[in-house]
Amino acid sequence: MGLDRRGFMKTLGIAGVTLAVGKKLHAKPKEEKEVEFYGMLYDSARCVGCQSCEVACAEAHELPLSTDELLAGTNRETHDKRRTVINAYSTSKGEVYRKTQCFHCNEPACAAACLTQAMHKTHEGAVIWRGDKCMGCRYCMVSCPFDIPKFEYHSANPKIEKCDMCYERQLEGKMPVCVESCPAEALVFGTRRELIKEARKRIHENPEMYYDHIYGEHEAGGTGFLQLSPVPFEELGLNVKIQKSSYPELSKGFLYSVPTIFVLWPAVLLGIHEATKNNKAKEEENE
Amino acid sequence: MSNTEYTLQSKSDGQTTWQFLLSELKPKGKWLTPFNIISIPIMLLGLGLIVLRFWKGLGAVTNLTQDVPWGIWIGFDVVTGVAFAGGAYVLTFMVYILNMQKYHSIVRITVLNGFLAYVFYAGALLLDLGRPWNVINPIIGNNFGTSSVLFLVAWHFLLYMIAQLIEFSPTIAEWLGARRARKILSGMTIAAVIFGITLSTLHQSGLGALYLMAKDKIHPLWYSEFIPVMFFVSSIFAGLSMVIFEGSISHKVFSDQISEKNHHAQNGILIGLSKICAGTMFAYFFLQMLVFIHGQHWDLLNTPMGYWYLLEMIGFVLLPMVLFFIAYRKNSVLLIRIAAIVTMLGIILNRLNVSVIGFKWDAAIRYVPTWMEIVVTLAVIFTEIWIFRWVVNRLPVLRESPSWVKKEK
Ligand code: SF4
Ligand code: SF4
Repeated sequence: MGLDRRGFMKTLGIAGVTLAVGKKLHAKPKEEKEVEFYGMLYDSARCVGCQSCEVACAEAHELPLSTDELLAGTNRETHDKRRTVINAYSTSKGEVYRKTQCFHCNEPACAAACLTQAMHKTHEGAVIWRGDKCMGCRYCMVSCPFDIPKFEYHSANPKIEKCDMCYERQLEGKMPVCVESCPAEALVFGTRRELIKEARKRIHENPEMYYDHIYGEHEAGGTGFLQLSPVPFEELGLNVKIQKSSYPELSKGFLYSVPTIFVLWPAVLLGIHEATKNNKAKEEENE
Repeated sequence: MSNTEYTLQSKSDGQTTWQFLLSELKPKGKWLTPFNIISIPIMLLGLGLIVLRFWKGLGAVTNLTQDVPWGIWIGFDVVTGVAFAGGAYVLTFMVYILNMQKYHSIVRITVLNGFLAYVFYAGALLLDLGRPWNVINPIIGNNFGTSSVLFLVAWHFLLYMIAQLIEFSPTIAEWLGARRARKILSGMTIAAVIFGITLSTLHQSGLGALYLMAKDKIHPLWYSEFIPVMFFVSSIFAGLSMVIFEGSISHKVFSDQISEKNHHAQNGILIGLSKICAGTMFAYFFLQMLVFIHGQHWDLLNTPMGYWYLLEMIGFVLLPMVLFFIAYRKNSVLLIRIAAIVTMLGIILNRLNVSVIGFKWDAAIRYVPTWMEIVVTLAVIFTEIWIFRWVVNRLPVLRESPSWVKKEK
């Protein structure tokens, strides 16, 4: 057996380290809030449903072009070969379009779920997936409240496919392709702060044209992809009951209790063990 | 340690250690038992399916969808399997921490069962990983996703397996006749037990905490912020029911190995365990009721999912709880076994309700496992039983320790 006492202490040590890092959790979101995230504003009131963004996205990321038709009432979904999609909805104000893509949450559930940090909230704001780290557990898919990450089930080397806000292009100083390709200026790229200001301005200047809400300002703790719409968002098939605080918040309580249990439990157990030792002696006598 | 290589006891007929190990590898007893006839083809088929899965991708053998990314390989093999393996930490708690010596004779078999369950069911996690070669990242510390509950759970699985191996190691030393090693290893038992119980507390609840972020996806009757507590409390009686179930079977199958004294002790043990089960189930039921009232979901009861929930709570928690209680009062071993089986079904139901059945219960396309997923699951279980049987037939698990152990005490 290679495990001696020292080896055992080492294992304990590792457990201790994992505990210590666990504490860093506290600091992280705060730090990140100070940097300015980039995001996108999508305006359903301007979108004409031309699907230029879909095509541009597929071409830029070497994905096949979609063949299914855009029709009000049918739900086209993003999948492992399609990162973004435009759908049409028959609403109280006629046919309105909506773009589906990753929301690039401020505090993403997917990244908090990921045990390899493959899902990662960059300082720029884009949430990206890194194949060299991902082990394909799909916990990000379980956790994302918008069901955005998609998995290649029919591949021996499967990838997680989702919008990365064209992070590579951003690093080169360019905008996401969908923003660039939009002929109707329904998509704007900028810092989240500017975008919220711009969205407010639009609502304020054209109150009859907009439903008075910016989807993503507070949803899921705030998202980088923000949306405006002429109609209430449930008419566009969005989940409006989504919680306003971030999703990682939900498991924080559990994670924070871990170090405490790790310190208290062994002490308690050892205490009981010592206290009941006498029983053992007695029982043995009786035998 | 330079002198780890203790000279192993030379066997009476002068075999070397290698010859001894090789001879132990050979099967003992009859080959064509009904169990073998059923399990061998399933294991071979399962192996084939696993090859197919790695060759063509998960989609080739599973029915997983983009909406339901975790199927029975996680929901049953890992989440349910680990709950059943909880018996090991509960029993070591009773025997080593509370010093309830009555249960000592079943510690070894329970720890062995727990250890193998972790190796195989947590190991089943690897089958489910799309990119298993990167599993090394969170282990060697390339990337510590410390904010991830799954990270915690995975690490705890790993550490707990080591702790269980240490708990079990004196048995291995006895088998090999390694006297000094046995002494050192037994000295580590208490530390391993304490460490193991702590880890178990955290990862049994951690398995529930995995689902905390899936707030909008799990049916509200099963989702609450208390899932971790529920998973932990239920793992106590899940594990003990497994101990009762497995114990009753081993008792028959391996009866030649059990000493006269332990044969007689068996009933007393079962009755003691049923009392503990009844108690913890009562606490669990009470907690469930509190959560239900707190959640204010009265309206949901009168829906199909509501009936399903009531069935679980009444038929598979309340009923077996009462059965355990009556069995304890009447000293009825048969009733204890029935109660244990109903409890186990209830645990399967509960874990699947959270992880599979209640997960995206409103999705347009429901996930239903393929026959292939079920075969692979069965193959994993059968392989575990094979190894279990192999070990019990050779190591002093149920059998008394060799005579030199007593002398050295
Ligand atoms: S929408 Fe989903 S995938 Fe996108 S950042 Fe948020 S949690 Fe992650
Ligand atoms: S599938 Fe990959 S990206 Fe998603 S949580 Fe698992 S390791 Fe992270």
